[in-house]
Amino acid sequence: MRVVVLLALLIAAALPVRAEEILAGLSQKQLSLTVNFEGSEILVYGAVRREGPIPEDSDLNVIVTIEGPPVPAVIWRKARRMGVWVNVESMRIRAAPSFYAVAATGPLERILGMDDDLRHRISTRLAIFEAREDATVANPAAFSDALIRIRSREDLYQQLETAVTLERDTLFSSTISLPKNLIEGTYATRVFLVRDGVVIDRYDAEIDVQKAVLERWLYNMAYESPFMYGALALLIALFFGWGASAAFRILRA
Amino acid sequence: MQVYLPIAEISVNAFLLLGVGGGVGLLSGMFGVGGGFLITPLLFFIGVPPTVAVATGVNQVVASSISGVLAHLQRKTVDLRMGVVLLVGGMVGSGIGIWLFNLMSRLGQIDLVVQLSYVVFLGAIGLMMLQEGTRALLRSRNPGAIRRKLHTHIWVHNLPFKMKFRTSGLYISVFPPLVLGMAVGVLAAIMGVGGGFIMVPAMIYLLGMPTKVVVGTSLFQIMFVAAFTTMMHAVTNHSVDVLLAVFLIVGGVIGAQVGTRMGLRLRPEMLRILLALLVLAVCGKIAFDLLWTPAELYSISVPGRI
Repeated sequence: MRVVVLLALLIAAALPVRAEEILAGLSQKQLSLTVNFEGSEILVYGAVRREGPIPEDSDLNVIVTIEGPPVPAVIWRKARRMGVWVNVESMRIRAAPSFYAVAATGPLERILGMDDDLRHRISTRLAIFEAREDATVANPAAFSDALIRIRSREDLYQQLETAVTLERDTLFSSTISLPKNLIEGTYATRVFLVRDGVVIDRYDAEIDVQKAVLERWLYNMAYESPFMYGALALLIALFFGWGASAAFRILRA
Repeated sequence: MQVYLPIAEISVNAFLLLGVGGGVGLLSGMFGVGGGFLITPLLFFIGVPPTVAVATGVNQVVASSISGVLAHLQRKTVDLRMGVVLLVGGMVGSGIGIWLFNLMSRLGQIDLVVQLSYVVFLGAIGLMMLQEGTRALLRSRNPGAIRRKLHTHIWVHNLPFKMKFRTSGLYISVFPPLVLGMAVGVLAAIMGVGGGFIMVPAMIYLLGMPTKVVVGTSLFQIMFVAAFTTMMHAVTNHSVDVLLAVFLIVGGVIGAQVGTRMGLRLRPEMLRILLALLVLAVCGKIAFDLLWTPAELYSISVPGRI
């Protein structure tokens, strides 16, 4: 990894650039959800390339976000009706990221200005906020909070305020763990270089998460040719159900 | 070892799944029941989405009944005519059940419907079995008690469209078996069960069928209704998880073989009481979840991919 970073630095040094620019790389750009997938760690690393000396009197920060494919969601609220807890109220969200991790060199509210947070939708709150579909419920904020709370518990939303290390205002790295319950799709990865609360450069990359061959095949078949899939499910059931008891009969004889 | 289930889209421990399948198989071998009514709630407890649990549970029922059906066909203890009438009813019922299931999913109430059905049916059946088992246990202690008549005619048998069921020695209206089949079909679609626990007593007490053909005929109907329901779930809401099913089936078949042998060593009345207590425990757990204030009042569902 050191070699890669060094190499990146050397290349960076050779290019003509703006005052400060970010260069970054990812340890993995492809991930396969195999049968025994147990989550994965992504290392995001890079360097700040600059012309002049390091500005002394200002604050430099790096923010890394990884955003899973957006999916619609319905958030339900339960209440007691006739003694039983029932879903009574719901809020639809047109699209909320299925996964969202934001790692930074410090607490977002301290290192990032409101304007740039809004522009780039960096904090988790803003990443899902705009996608709200209907606001017929009395208290939509409680529903958004619940979405963040529930997904945070499953490690699908992560707010890692000190997970990026920045050395001598130049080299940075961050490790983000992707949980095992990922959905497939393109995971947009962004790295922001922030000086005094203002985003001065950003780097974009993608991580491609795919189900492995067998899972992919089963999933596609279930949705694209459900009749075939149903027939396969039945065949498997009949085969195992009959085959196993036949095998036991032979074993006993 | 973790396995990623492609349809449920969660990663679960493979040994846990084999354990659930094996444990339920053990019980079903011991008690001679299908076990669908235990598999589906256990899948809820380990975090499989209810729709996937129900659809995959019903697929597992196909596997657990096939060898029984073949054995009974060989021994000619299946009333095929009755089986087909029940099956026709069952398919209609399954269709209605699937429609209800998908409607309730859209309304966000499917978990509630499934859980309530489980509480009601498991509660009723558990209590009935407990009472029956205790009575049988007492009777076995003082033999010579009164015996029941073979079968009595009640008004439902005299409805129009009478049909002869030779194997069962019955000449009754087709409506009672059609309606019974339908009721079981609805349960199969909504609860992911075979419905033997309703079917067997209803065939004996309501239709008045001889006990000799009851088990074979109910298994015959259950297998085909479960197969039909699996297909309907696969086609309408894509929620059958083949990989999950394989683990449950493999565990289940092995467990059932062990369970059958263990069951032979226990007294049948004791078995019935034990099963009744188990059914009541599962019922109690689900009821508790419905009545107790949940730790999290909110939940998330993904429309279309419930």
